[in-house]
Amino acid sequence: MISLEILEDIKGKVRPELENRLRKEDKYIIDGDEIGLKDEYYQKQTRIALKNCDIIDPKNIEEYIAMDGYSSLGKIVTTMKPKEVIDIVKESGLRGRGGAGFPTGRKWETAYEYDADKKYVICNADEGDPGAFMDRSILEKDPHAVLEAMAISGYAIGSDQGFIYVRAEYPVAVQRLKLAIEQAKELGVLGNNIFGTDFNFDIELRLGAGAFVCGEGTALMESIEGKRGMPRTKIYRTAHRGLWQKPTIINNVETFANIPVIFQKGVDWYRSIGTEKSPGTKVFALVGKVQRADLVEVPMGMSLREIIYELGGGVPDGKRFKAVQTGGPSGGCIPEELLDTPVDFESLGKIGSIMGSGGMVVMDEDDCMVDIAKFFLDFTVDESCGKCVPCREGTKRMLEILERITEGNGKEDDIDKMEKLAETINSASLCGLGQTASNPVLSTLKYFRDEYEAHIKDKRCPAGSCSELLRYFITDKCIGCTKCKKVCPVSCISGKVKEIHIIDEDICIKCGACADACPTNAIIRK
Amino acid sequence: MEFIFNKEEHKEEIQKFEIFIEENKDKPGALMPVMQEAQEIFGYLPMEILQLISRRLNIPLSEIYGVATFYSQFSFIPTGENKISICLGTACYVKGAEGILEEIENQLGIKRGGTTPDLKFSIVDTRCLGDCSLAPVFTINNDVYPNVKREDIKGILEKYR
Repeated sequence: MISLEILEDIKGKVRPELENRLRKEDKYIIDGDEIGLKDEYYQKQTRIALKNCDIIDPKNIEEYIAMDGYSSLGKIVTTMKPKEVIDIVKESGLRGRGGAGFPTGRKWETAYEYDADKKYVICNADEGDPGAFMDRSILEKDPHAVLEAMAISGYAIGSDQGFIYVRAEYPVAVQRLKLAIEQAKELGVLGNNIFGTDFNFDIELRLGAGAFVCGEGTALMESIEGKRGMPRTKIYRTAHRGLWQKPTIINNVETFANIPVIFQKGVDWYRSIGTEKSPGTKVFALVGKVQRADLVEVPMGMSLREIIYELGGGVPDGKRFKAVQTGGPSGGCIPEELLDTPVDFESLGKIGSIMGSGGMVVMDEDDCMVDIAKFFLDFTVDESCGKCVPCREGTKRMLEILERITEGNGKEDDIDKMEKLAETINSASLCGLGQTASNPVLSTLKYFRDEYEAHIKDKRCPAGSCSELLRYFITDKCIGCTKCKKVCPVSCISGKVKEIHIIDEDICIKCGACADACPTNAIIRK
Repeated sequence: MEFIFNKEEHKEEIQKFEIFIEENKDKPGALMPVMQEAQEIFGYLPMEILQLISRRLNIPLSEIYGVATFYSQFSFIPTGENKISICLGTACYVKGAEGILEEIENQLGIKRGGTTPDLKFSIVDTRCLGDCSLAPVFTINNDVYPNVKREDIKGILEKYR
């Protein structure tokens, strides 16, 4: 049977081996108890949820133990009462990293207070926001942190059964989790009589099947129950009646990954990082038009500018920054003038975006904001489950308006219409997907209204991205090589050899093949 | 086009699948894992198999159909030998994923969600593969193709023909 002594033994044996292995490569800093990644890039970050990632071998439970893994669980089940565990999580101020920022401790407390013959712990690993991949990284590189945290929460609320609902699009994560659960059961940190107590906890993996809405808590529970993953009407909190109508807590992967560390290092340490209302760190997937696209973990409250320029290295190819999109399909586009906004739950909400799960997509001058809004609406229309009318019909109508605007058929009152529609969809939809579906439109309307107006009034796309609105011209740089004429699929280019060619705009389908073929960059689009 | 499921040819697979059902039918919420296993074994959900699931789990076929059509990973037509998953997430989109998809569609002569008549290739558009730092990205089976350009596509597909 596993005990704290055995854990210490394993650590004593494996830690030196791990350190020796790491010393062989010049990538790590080993400073007493702390092991970190060396590069200056990582020095600017504060890694809590990612602390073991790229350091330990995720396929080896002993290396996790060498980094103090499972010591929190051991300490908790042998020396603490469930209520004390909940109080610590509450005091830490940890808030849900899946998007909404609900206080984790309060969620646990609610589930703890309801008496029931069965309770459940769910890890929401259905990371569906396009542009976010921190949960995948944690599951692949540090799966035991999630298992340990789930067992801790099981102990706290009085549950003996956990589920991890993971996206089927993440096959490596699924493999690693399977292996980790097996190893944890073998060692006895999962299963019956954990650390010699009467606490039992088992974890089962459930795979998603490609439905974005299943990231919503109640839809996810419907899916585990084997039904269509449609959100429930929220009469009860899931901490009261969740999976199979039993008290259930559902937390996101990154939230769980913080738990073991909070118990190792204490509440005061944790609260010293981040801001008063949003303590700790947040992992962002800094991607899109940045020099260094990667995951970054920084203290809450860091400004968007610091993240994008100091960590991401700014926009590549000498292009001008236009906007950063945070929060996926529920979030918004933030313009240059607001880049000094600190990143925390409240500040991002105030400027019409959300923290969301931490996707941060940088866009440059070539990205059309109307087109981006259309991209997200297309996503929502596709992923709307169809249960409630405002979301099912409203998002579809909104997409149609955006489509006609980007095709050059926008009408004068389209902006008004979209604003009204947005209000209805936001206030009348059943779940978070619908309630936030218009954020991409509203935020781009707020900060980039002139782009909408240019599309509608002047039939022009300032970013040069909406193909229907583009016009191609051949300038006097043309050397008359006839290459463009040869590639044009509709033969709309005329001109003799060594003379300037001309595009017949009435026939041109704006495919751009001529511009790509031109050796002198004589063809421009406007 | 019409794809026909030959029960005789798949006899062994059906047997294997029946064992899986037997082992899992009593656990709560068994329908999803059972359908996922079927999709894994047969590459799609043939009508004959859906009827089998209905009988064994005692769930009406209509309800099974409802679940199967809700999730995009379940398919009623076979998936090709080589499954191309193209990422259409935000990061890939701003880096030109639509053009990549178009090129793959042109090269194979099928649209997204389709399978070539010789069952060699399927194209699936996924919402995000979670490889955003490698955008634009697509996968063929388990091979990941990062930072792809339109002109690379032909050569990549050639390897699987």
